[in-house]
Amino acid sequence: MRSYHDIGGMDLGPIERSEHDYALWEKRVDAMMVLLWQKKGLLTLDEHRHAMETLDADEYGKITYYERWMVGIAKVLLARGIITTDELGRHMAAAGDKR
Amino acid sequence: MSARFKTGDRVFVRQAEPIGHVRTPYYIRGKTGSIERLCGEFPNPEELAFGRSGLPRLPMYRVRFLQTEIWPDYRGRALDSVDVEIYEHWLESARQG
Repeated sequence: MRSYHDIGGMDLGPIERSEHDYALWEKRVDAMMVLLWQKKGLLTLDEHRHAMETLDADEYGKITYYERWMVGIAKVLLARGIITTDELGRHMAAAGDKR
Repeated sequence: MSARFKTGDRVFVRQAEPIGHVRTPYYIRGKTGSIERLCGEFPNPEELAFGRSGLPRLPMYRVRFLQTEIWPDYRGRALDSVDVEIYEHWLESARQG
């Protein structure tokens, strides 16, 4: 089966080449990833990539790069039992996230 | 694990479509190229993705393909190529040609 992220050679139009400054939350997600992966050894890049590449195909296309990273981190930490769904839900509610 | 291929060997990328964490790009499966170099031995990402060790390490190669052999409508120069890094278990020996 061809995974939806495996798009090499498909005719998808021009590549968006514009750059943007990173928001603070994006830098935080990046930092969190480095800490979890390199400093703590709580996830591997392959677990993280697999978590992102098994998102719902529509969702994968709709959310931004660091949103995908964040969702991927959460999925790995849930799968490893490092955080629970209940904890995640309560913290997200406390932070005002209605997703 | 000792490497099965050496630089210059002709290799065929297996045409397989398993479910899982496959790092061999879809567009290169079923194509034939040449070993450019052995990159080293690395834990298997197909196992790492599921929280396992990925051991034993597997040889991974940089394989060079002619663009004209990958894309039927390629209009660039005849010797343009693309290098793809591929784990050994995705490669089979191909006849010299």
